[in-house]
Amino acid sequence: MVDATFLAVSVLTIGSAIAALEIRSMIYGSIALMITLAGVAGFFLLLDAPFVAMFQISVYVGSIAVLILFTVMLVRRELIFNKIEDPRRRYAGIGLMIVTMLGIGTIILGSGLKTMEVDAPSVDFREIGEDFLTYYSPALVVMALILASAVIGALVLARREDVTTGQRAD
Amino acid sequence: MLQLANELIDFVIISVALLAIGIYGLAVKRNAIRMLFAIEMIVNAANLNLVAFARFIPNSQGQTLALFSIAIAAAEVAVGLALIIVAYRMYKNIDIADFRSLKG
Repeated sequence: MVDATFLAVSVLTIGSAIAALEIRSMIYGSIALMITLAGVAGFFLLLDAPFVAMFQISVYVGSIAVLILFTVMLVRRELIFNKIEDPRRRYAGIGLMIVTMLGIGTIILGSGLKTMEVDAPSVDFREIGEDFLTYYSPALVVMALILASAVIGALVLARREDVTTGQRAD
Repeated sequence: MLQLANELIDFVIISVALLAIGIYGLAVKRNAIRMLFAIEMIVNAANLNLVAFARFIPNSQGQTLALFSIAIAAAEVAVGLALIIVAYRMYKNIDIADFRSLKG
Protein backbone atom coordinates (compact mmCIF):
# COMPACT_ATOMS: atom_id res chain seq x y z
CA MET A 1 0.00 0.00 0.00
CA VAL A 2 1.35 3.42 -0.84
CA ASP A 3 1.42 6.20 1.72
CA ALA A 4 0.31 9.80 1.31
CA THR A 5 3.81 11.20 0.76
CA PHE A 6 4.44 8.85 -2.13
CA LEU A 7 1.10 9.74 -3.66
CA ALA A 8 1.74 13.48 -3.37
CA VAL A 9 5.24 13.24 -4.83
CA SER A 10 4.08 11.08 -7.72
CA VAL A 11 1.20 13.39 -8.59
CA LEU A 12 3.61 16.36 -8.50
CA THR A 13 6.20 14.58 -10.64
CA ILE A 14 3.90 13.16 -13.32
CA GLY A 15 1.73 16.28 -13.46
CA SER A 16 4.62 18.64 -13.90
CA ALA A 17 6.22 16.27 -16.43
CA ILE A 18 3.08 16.57 -18.56
CA ALA A 19 3.01 20.32 -17.96
CA ALA A 20 6.65 20.70 -19.02
CA LEU A 21 5.79 19.34 -22.43
CA GLU A 22 2.37 20.90 -22.86
CA ILE A 23 2.47 24.41 -21.36
CA ARG A 24 2.54 26.95 -24.16
CA SER A 25 5.33 29.15 -22.86
CA MET A 26 8.66 27.40 -22.67
CA ILE A 27 9.83 29.41 -19.66
CA TYR A 28 7.00 27.97 -17.58
CA GLY A 29 7.75 24.63 -19.20
CA SER A 30 11.33 24.69 -17.97
CA ILE A 31 10.16 25.61 -14.48
CA ALA A 32 7.78 22.63 -14.62
CA LEU A 33 10.72 20.45 -15.68
CA MET A 34 12.57 21.74 -12.62
CA ILE A 35 9.65 20.59 -10.44
CA THR A 36 9.72 17.17 -12.13
CA LEU A 37 13.42 16.76 -11.39
CA ALA A 38 12.88 17.86 -7.78
CA GLY A 39 10.08 15.30 -7.54
CA VAL A 40 12.45 12.56 -8.68
CA ALA A 41 14.82 13.75 -5.93
CA GLY A 42 11.88 13.30 -3.54
CA PHE A 43 11.53 9.70 -4.73
CA PHE A 44 15.22 9.19 -4.01
CA LEU A 45 14.64 10.46 -0.46
CA LEU A 46 11.71 8.05 -0.08
CA LEU A 47 14.03 5.26 -1.22
CA ASP A 48 16.53 6.02 1.59
CA ALA A 49 19.12 7.37 -0.82
CA PRO A 50 19.76 10.89 0.53
CA PHE A 51 23.16 11.19 -1.15
CA VAL A 52 21.74 10.56 -4.62
CA ALA A 53 18.86 12.93 -3.82
CA MET A 54 21.24 15.76 -2.89
CA PHE A 55 23.31 15.06 -6.00
CA GLN A 56 20.16 15.17 -8.11
CA ILE A 57 19.11 18.49 -6.59
CA SER A 58 22.51 20.12 -6.97
CA VAL A 59 23.13 18.87 -10.52
CA TYR A 60 19.67 18.83 -12.09
CA VAL A 61 17.67 21.45 -10.23
CA GLY A 62 20.71 23.61 -9.56
CA SER A 63 22.61 23.62 -12.80
CA ILE A 64 20.81 21.91 -15.67
CA ALA A 65 17.50 23.70 -15.11
CA VAL A 66 19.27 27.07 -14.88
CA LEU A 67 21.20 26.28 -18.07
CA ILE A 68 17.95 25.41 -19.86
CA LEU A 69 16.29 28.60 -18.58
CA PHE A 70 19.15 30.73 -19.92
CA THR A 71 19.01 28.99 -23.29
CA VAL A 72 15.26 29.52 -23.49
CA MET A 73 15.77 33.20 -22.76
CA LEU A 74 18.42 33.47 -25.50
CA VAL A 75 16.08 32.49 -28.33
CA ARG A 76 13.61 34.87 -29.92
CA ARG A 77 10.38 35.57 -28.14
CA GLU A 78 7.93 34.12 -30.63
CA LEU A 79 9.88 30.88 -30.80
CA ILE A 80 9.44 29.99 -27.14
CA PHE A 81 5.73 29.47 -27.60
CA ASN A 82 4.32 26.21 -28.88
CA LYS A 83 3.20 26.04 -32.42
CA ILE A 84 0.15 23.94 -33.11
CA GLU A 85 1.32 20.43 -33.92
CA ASP A 86 0.08 18.19 -36.62
CA PRO A 87 -2.92 16.45 -34.98
CA ARG A 88 -2.12 13.12 -36.62
CA ARG A 89 1.38 13.19 -35.16
CA ARG A 90 -0.10 14.10 -31.80
CA TYR A 91 -2.56 11.20 -31.81
CA ALA A 92 0.24 8.88 -32.92
CA GLY A 93 2.36 10.12 -30.00
CA ILE A 94 -0.46 9.58 -27.51
CA GLY A 95 -1.00 6.09 -28.93
CA LEU A 96 2.71 5.35 -28.61
CA MET A 97 2.63 6.55 -24.99
CA ILE A 98 -0.34 4.33 -24.13
CA VAL A 99 1.21 1.31 -25.88
CA THR A 100 4.46 1.84 -23.95
CA MET A 101 2.65 2.20 -20.64
CA LEU A 102 0.38 -0.81 -21.17
CA GLY A 103 3.10 -3.00 -22.67
CA ILE A 104 5.80 -2.46 -20.08
CA GLY A 105 3.17 -2.17 -17.33
CA THR A 106 1.65 -5.59 -18.04
CA ILE A 107 5.10 -7.16 -18.27
CA ILE A 108 6.08 -5.67 -14.88
CA LEU A 109 2.77 -6.48 -13.20
CA GLY A 110 2.96 -10.04 -14.50
CA SER A 111 6.52 -10.55 -13.35
CA GLY A 112 5.65 -11.04 -9.67
CA LEU A 113 7.78 -8.11 -8.57
CA LYS A 114 5.18 -7.19 -5.97
CA THR A 115 6.14 -10.01 -3.66
CA MET A 116 9.52 -8.55 -2.81
CA GLU A 117 9.97 -8.02 0.93
CA VAL A 118 11.75 -5.10 2.55
CA ASP A 119 13.70 -6.15 5.58
CA ALA A 120 17.25 -5.18 4.76
CA PRO A 121 18.87 -1.96 5.99
CA SER A 122 19.44 0.78 3.48
CA VAL A 123 22.83 1.48 1.97
CA ASP A 124 24.97 3.95 3.89
CA PHE A 125 26.51 6.81 1.94
CA ARG A 126 29.91 6.07 3.49
CA GLU A 127 29.84 2.80 1.59
CA ILE A 128 29.17 4.68 -1.66
CA GLY A 129 32.06 7.04 -0.98
CA GLU A 130 34.41 4.14 -0.32
CA ASP A 131 33.29 2.46 -3.52
CA PHE A 132 33.90 5.64 -5.46
CA LEU A 133 37.45 6.01 -4.23
CA THR A 134 38.50 2.36 -4.37
CA TYR A 135 36.71 0.09 -6.82
CA TYR A 136 35.31 2.81 -9.09
CA SER A 137 38.27 5.20 -9.04
CA PRO A 138 39.28 4.63 -12.70
CA ALA A 139 35.68 5.24 -13.71
CA LEU A 140 35.66 8.39 -11.58
CA VAL A 141 38.77 9.70 -13.38
CA VAL A 142 37.25 8.92 -16.78
CA MET A 143 34.05 10.66 -15.75
CA ALA A 144 36.00 13.76 -14.72
CA LEU A 145 37.71 13.76 -18.12
CA ILE A 146 34.34 13.40 -19.87
CA LEU A 147 32.90 16.32 -17.90
CA ALA A 148 35.92 18.51 -18.65
CA SER A 149 35.83 17.68 -22.35
CA ALA A 150 32.08 18.29 -22.47
CA VAL A 151 32.50 21.74 -20.93
CA ILE A 152 35.35 22.59 -23.34
CA GLY A 153 33.34 21.22 -26.27
CA ALA A 154 30.29 23.26 -25.31
CA LEU A 155 32.41 26.41 -25.03
CA VAL A 156 34.04 25.78 -28.42
CA LEU A 157 30.67 25.10 -30.06
CA ALA A 158 28.95 28.16 -28.64
CA ARG A 159 31.84 30.56 -29.37
CA ARG A 160 31.39 33.09 -32.15
CA GLU A 161 34.29 33.84 -34.41
CA ASP A 162 32.72 36.59 -36.45
CA VAL A 163 32.30 39.06 -33.59
CA THR A 164 35.06 41.59 -33.09
CA THR A 165 35.35 43.60 -29.92
CA GLY A 166 32.80 46.36 -29.51
CA GLN A 167 30.32 44.73 -31.85
CA ARG A 168 27.16 43.41 -30.30
CA ALA A 169 26.24 39.81 -30.90
CA ASP A 170 22.75 39.50 -32.23
CA MET B 1 15.00 0.49 11.22
CA LEU B 2 12.37 2.35 9.30
CA GLN B 3 9.99 0.07 7.50
CA LEU B 4 9.18 1.29 4.02
CA ALA B 5 5.49 1.54 3.29
CA ASN B 6 6.01 1.62 -0.46
CA GLU B 7 6.82 -1.38 -2.55
CA LEU B 8 9.20 -1.68 -5.44
CA ILE B 9 6.36 -2.02 -7.91
CA ASP B 10 5.08 1.49 -7.16
CA PHE B 11 8.40 3.11 -8.00
CA VAL B 12 8.74 1.03 -11.15
CA ILE B 13 5.26 2.08 -12.29
CA ILE B 14 6.13 5.76 -11.76
CA SER B 15 9.30 5.17 -13.75
CA VAL B 16 7.32 3.60 -16.60
CA ALA B 17 4.95 6.59 -16.59
CA LEU B 18 7.87 9.04 -16.83
CA LEU B 19 9.38 6.96 -19.66
CA ALA B 20 6.08 6.96 -21.55
CA ILE B 21 5.68 10.74 -21.20
CA GLY B 22 9.25 11.19 -22.43
CA ILE B 23 8.62 8.98 -25.46
CA TYR B 24 5.47 10.97 -26.22
CA GLY B 25 7.46 14.20 -26.06
CA LEU B 26 10.19 12.87 -28.31
CA ALA B 27 7.65 11.64 -30.85
CA VAL B 28 5.39 14.69 -30.95
CA LYS B 29 7.40 17.82 -30.22
CA ARG B 30 9.31 19.53 -33.00
CA ASN B 31 11.01 22.07 -30.76
CA ALA B 32 14.63 21.20 -29.98
CA ILE B 33 14.52 22.38 -26.36
CA ARG B 34 11.29 20.48 -25.68
CA MET B 35 12.91 17.34 -27.05
CA LEU B 36 15.75 17.91 -24.60
CA PHE B 37 13.13 18.07 -21.81
CA ALA B 38 11.79 14.70 -22.96
CA ILE B 39 15.30 13.19 -22.98
CA GLU B 40 15.81 14.45 -19.42
CA MET B 41 12.59 12.73 -18.34
CA ILE B 42 13.70 9.42 -19.86
CA VAL B 43 17.10 9.64 -18.15
CA ASN B 44 15.38 10.39 -14.84
CA ALA B 45 13.09 7.39 -15.26
CA ALA B 46 16.15 5.19 -15.70
CA ASN B 47 17.83 6.70 -12.63
CA LEU B 48 14.70 6.17 -10.55
CA ASN B 49 14.63 2.54 -11.62
CA LEU B 50 18.29 2.07 -10.69
CA VAL B 51 17.89 3.55 -7.23
CA ALA B 52 14.65 1.67 -6.58
CA PHE B 53 16.16 -1.71 -7.42
CA ALA B 54 19.28 -0.83 -5.43
CA ARG B 55 17.09 -0.15 -2.40
CA PHE B 56 15.22 -3.42 -2.57
CA ILE B 57 18.25 -5.57 -3.35
CA PRO B 58 20.40 -3.91 -0.66
CA ASN B 59 23.44 -3.02 -2.67
CA SER B 60 25.43 0.15 -3.16
CA GLN B 61 26.18 -0.46 -6.83
CA GLY B 62 22.82 0.78 -8.08
CA GLN B 63 23.24 4.12 -6.34
CA THR B 64 26.81 4.42 -7.63
CA LEU B 65 25.61 3.81 -11.18
CA ALA B 66 22.85 6.38 -10.70
CA LEU B 67 25.41 8.96 -9.58
CA PHE B 68 27.54 8.31 -12.66
CA SER B 69 24.45 8.53 -14.83
CA ILE B 70 23.46 11.91 -13.36
CA ALA B 71 26.94 13.30 -14.00
CA ILE B 72 27.00 12.06 -17.60
CA ALA B 73 23.53 13.54 -18.16
CA ALA B 74 24.85 16.92 -17.03
CA ALA B 75 27.61 16.76 -19.66
CA GLU B 76 25.09 15.68 -22.29
CA VAL B 77 22.78 18.60 -21.54
CA ALA B 78 25.66 21.11 -21.73
CA VAL B 79 26.71 19.86 -25.18
CA GLY B 80 23.10 19.57 -26.36
CA LEU B 81 22.28 23.15 -25.40
CA ALA B 82 25.46 24.38 -27.10
CA LEU B 83 24.40 22.54 -30.27
CA ILE B 84 20.93 24.10 -30.06
CA ILE B 85 22.47 27.57 -29.72
CA VAL B 86 24.71 26.96 -32.76
CA ALA B 87 21.73 25.72 -34.77
CA TYR B 88 19.66 28.71 -33.69
CA ARG B 89 22.43 31.04 -34.82
CA MET B 90 22.58 29.35 -38.23
CA TYR B 91 18.89 28.91 -38.94
CA LYS B 92 17.30 31.58 -36.68
CA ASN B 93 14.90 28.90 -35.49
CA ILE B 94 14.80 26.00 -33.05
CA ASP B 95 12.28 23.91 -34.94
CA ILE B 96 14.06 20.71 -35.90
CA ALA B 97 12.09 20.51 -39.15
CA ASP B 98 14.23 23.43 -40.32
CA PHE B 99 17.56 21.77 -39.53
CA ARG B 100 17.97 20.02 -42.84
CA SER B 101 21.25 21.08 -44.38
CA LEU B 102 22.66 17.56 -43.78
CA LYS B 103 19.68 15.99 -45.52
CA GLY B 104 21.09 16.57 -49.01
